[in-house]
Amino acid sequence: MEILVQQIVSGLATGGIYGSVALALVMIYQATDVVNYAQGEMAMFSTYLAWTMINAGLPYWVAFFGTLLVSFAGGVLIERVVIRPVEGKPILTIVIVCIGLLVIFNSLAGWIYSYIQKPFPSPFPERPIMLGVVVFGAHDLGAIGVTLIVLAFLYAFFRYTTLGLAMRAAAQNPASSRLCGIRVGWMLAIGWGLAAMVGAVAGMMVAPIVFLDPNMMAGILIYAFASATLGGFTSPGGAVVGGLIVGVLENIAGTYISFIGTELKLTVALAVILVVLVFKPSGLFGRAAVHRV
Amino acid sequence: MRQRSWMFVLLAILALAGIVPAGAADMPGITASEIKIGHTNPYSGNASAYGTIGKVEAAYFKMINEQGGINGRKINFVSYDDGYSPPKTVEMVRKLVEQDQVAFVFNTLGTPTNTAIHKYMNQQKIPHLFVATGATKWGDPEHFPWTMGWQPTYQAEAKIYAAYVMKNVPNAKIGILYQNDDYGKDYLKGFKDGLAKANAAKAIVLEQSYETTDPTVDSQVVNLKNSGANVFFNITIPKYAAQAIKKAHDIGWKPLHLLNNVSASVGTVLKPAGFEASKDLITTQYLKDPTDPEWKNDAGYKEWLAFMKKYYPDGNVEDAFNVYGYTAAQGLVHVLKQCGNDLSRENVMKQAANIKDLSLPMLLPGIKVNTGPKDFYPIEQEQLVKFDGERWVRFGETYDASKH
Amino acid sequence: MSGRARLVAVLALLAGAAVLPLFVSNFRLFQFTQVATYAIALLGLNMLTGYNGQISLGHGAFYALGAYTAAIMIDRWSLPYALTLPAAGLLCLVAGFLFGIPALRLEGLYLALATFALALAVPQILKYFEDWTGGSQGIVLSKPKAPWGLPLNPDQWLYFVTLAVMLVLFVLARNLLAGRTGRAIVAIRDNATAAQAMGINTALYKSLTFGVSAAYTGVAGALSALTIAFVAPDTFNVFLSITFLVGIVVGGLASISGAILGGFFIQFVPNWAQDISKAAPWAIYGVFLILTMYVMPFGIAGTVRLLVARRRRRAETARAATAPRAGTAKAG
Repeated sequence: MEILVQQIVSGLATGGIYGSVALALVMIYQATDVVNYAQGEMAMFSTYLAWTMINAGLPYWVAFFGTLLVSFAGGVLIERVVIRPVEGKPILTIVIVCIGLLVIFNSLAGWIYSYIQKPFPSPFPERPIMLGVVVFGAHDLGAIGVTLIVLAFLYAFFRYTTLGLAMRAAAQNPASSRLCGIRVGWMLAIGWGLAAMVGAVAGMMVAPIVFLDPNMMAGILIYAFASATLGGFTSPGGAVVGGLIVGVLENIAGTYISFIGTELKLTVALAVILVVLVFKPSGLFGRAAVHRV
Repeated sequence: MRQRSWMFVLLAILALAGIVPAGAADMPGITASEIKIGHTNPYSGNASAYGTIGKVEAAYFKMINEQGGINGRKINFVSYDDGYSPPKTVEMVRKLVEQDQVAFVFNTLGTPTNTAIHKYMNQQKIPHLFVATGATKWGDPEHFPWTMGWQPTYQAEAKIYAAYVMKNVPNAKIGILYQNDDYGKDYLKGFKDGLAKANAAKAIVLEQSYETTDPTVDSQVVNLKNSGANVFFNITIPKYAAQAIKKAHDIGWKPLHLLNNVSASVGTVLKPAGFEASKDLITTQYLKDPTDPEWKNDAGYKEWLAFMKKYYPDGNVEDAFNVYGYTAAQGLVHVLKQCGNDLSRENVMKQAANIKDLSLPMLLPGIKVNTGPKDFYPIEQEQLVKFDGERWVRFGETYDASKH
Repeated sequence: MSGRARLVAVLALLAGAAVLPLFVSNFRLFQFTQVATYAIALLGLNMLTGYNGQISLGHGAFYALGAYTAAIMIDRWSLPYALTLPAAGLLCLVAGFLFGIPALRLEGLYLALATFALALAVPQILKYFEDWTGGSQGIVLSKPKAPWGLPLNPDQWLYFVTLAVMLVLFVLARNLLAGRTGRAIVAIRDNATAAQAMGINTALYKSLTFGVSAAYTGVAGALSALTIAFVAPDTFNVFLSITFLVGIVVGGLASISGAILGGFFIQFVPNWAQDISKAAPWAIYGVFLILTMYVMPFGIAGTVRLLVARRRRRAETARAATAPRAGTAKAG
């Protein structure tokens, strides 16, 4: 029982990480209709910026918000400069450009900061919280909290602000939005900016746990995709819940199903996702796509 | 007439395609002024942390060349990126051998990558020297006379830990975390062999593996703690080693913690994990840790530091890989000097298998490089060390795998 | 290009490929063998993604299945290597078909993700069945020697084998895609509902395309096992599947020649990138990739096709422009 609880807690902690990156993925998909394969590497790069600021002596929260600002600007810039030329081109062309971005960011980070992993500070207390025999990491709890706050912000933004509504309209129906006077191009750019910002938050929450290195996001991105798929690519809340489910599921399968063990735990998580996809392609919380003939 | 001129063209082409390489075949890669050496390393992809080894070696050879080279010959070090992917290694090594015509191949990195070229190098009879991996299979002169290892093998190292546990922990209950690949399994095998020798195979209570795609090893560490283990053998690469050390500390698990040498770097593992969490870790070493204050005034360390500053200023002076590459390059330079003017492949291999008690500046005191016609394991001595919260402290005597 | 011009170009290329071993070193030949191998795999993926509109990020899995089929047959069962190619093809055909059935329910992004999951699972599964696959140690093979006393070394022999296999598979694919089946496959991509309304069994066609596509990639995998003479789980990581996708998009979607061009790209461009910069080879590669997409958003083959079409159109307008003048001249 003790093991079970501890495994669930530890699964929720890693699941929180998956959820936060998944949230960024869903975010950009919602705002631009593109799955950004470079999302993880952009988040990693943002985290390096934060690291540089902290190392230069800035207080954590100054660096934190500074990084968000720079990441937002960077996201907008990338959309305007890199993605713009292939806008409206076949979807796979955009995918390849994203893959190009992925390898560029990875390589640049290694070149500038070297491949050695670096410790990254957490804003939360270091002492773990003990509840009976179960140990909660303060950072793990804090990271889940931060992810939920980001989620709440996004929800409010897309629901209640004019800009948010305009962005949703631009992504869903660019032609009509343009007729309503929405500047669709800029909406997409802002979408990229916001996604870069959400990614930066995720990166800064992930780095204290997995340490900062240029390949930090590779493994996580895979799980983030799984989480977003499970929760539904159209549902930000679903992405976070999906992350938590994947985290817990993976730990429990790895611990209790002996033929799986730790060797096949990723495989099991993937199999579950395949099953979900087959029976409910839009994910657990997503909207089903409707086709017009 | 016309037909004959076509024949002539064809013959000329055949001659160009066939004979030109053959003409230079007696000592490929060697001229009066140059020794051409091939190397592969991951400069891109997941394993690019190792890339610095290739860079530090290139820097070292540059220094040697500035100092006049070896017997008047400059070293031309050709290093290619293989991204740690075996097919790419095959391609790059064939390029080195067949196109660049290197004299031999040195310190190629990785177990799967070297396995992919193992047979090729031996069929072509080209020295495959000082491979950068600790698998046991590189020291097999009977079947693979052209391949030689460099560092202590993973199995030999694991046996040291097994012996240590048997001697010092009476009721050992051992939990193991290992990377699910040949590197992790090699350590696991050595450790189990060591325990079996003492009839203690049952002391292992739980084995947990991880994949390099796993974001964290938290779940595994939690399971290991709950298994009731009082000994933790940590077979992980730097990233996961730091995570496991930190996680074990966070959940209040305080076993006898044995860490593989692969991740013994203070600068890149223990510092990120936290010095408090790292206290009382045990590992083995054969190189001087560049962050250890003990070596601050050591001649070998000072020489290395001066070299780094001058020839590889971008390199990180806390990174133990930069010591590793430096030392391997020095080993090679020793072999080449010993070859004198006969740089044929046969003689390079013969001299590589004839190193006697060589001390190198960044090897720990007392550790020497030795090879022989039947001994293709250059470094076989290791030293147990314990982390006192600031640095590794040597204890016990130097352990020699060749004598066990 | 007219039909005859194209035929001449293809024959010239083939003749060039056939005499290539006379001119280049064994190492270059080995690289060209890899290009041909990739081309087969890319053609397979292109059938599925380019022609049928099903995006797969998991074809590395079928490449691995083919490679391991060959390795296990040769190493564990001592079967002749010639048998491994049809075996790998058949096995992947069945595996692809079976995977294609649940994939029917998935579209676009979701299919991409499901296949991505497949690619991810491969290395773990390969390690798990250690008795068969040799686990993480992999399986070391020997290169097949030329039979019947042919005066060819193993590199040359494998080059010709690969070239021949590629030729056969390309001709088959061309015939398949140019005919009824091909039109059905493309119709499903362009409008599945309309295709169904016209009486095309979309489910069957889609799963079959998946199967054939996987079979091509599987044969390529088997060939790669023979050329590299080594298989290991590390080879078949996610990046391999992504590389295949890069290959078909850069080469040109829904294009047979695009598969060959893509093969050249994924074989040689990373090498050029590291010749330019060893400090950050991937950054150079990434920039190259993005620039290629800017200049040729429809891939190399797509751009060539566009240029040819434009030229033809210009020629036609020119002809159309001169025609009336001729008329007026007559009237005048």
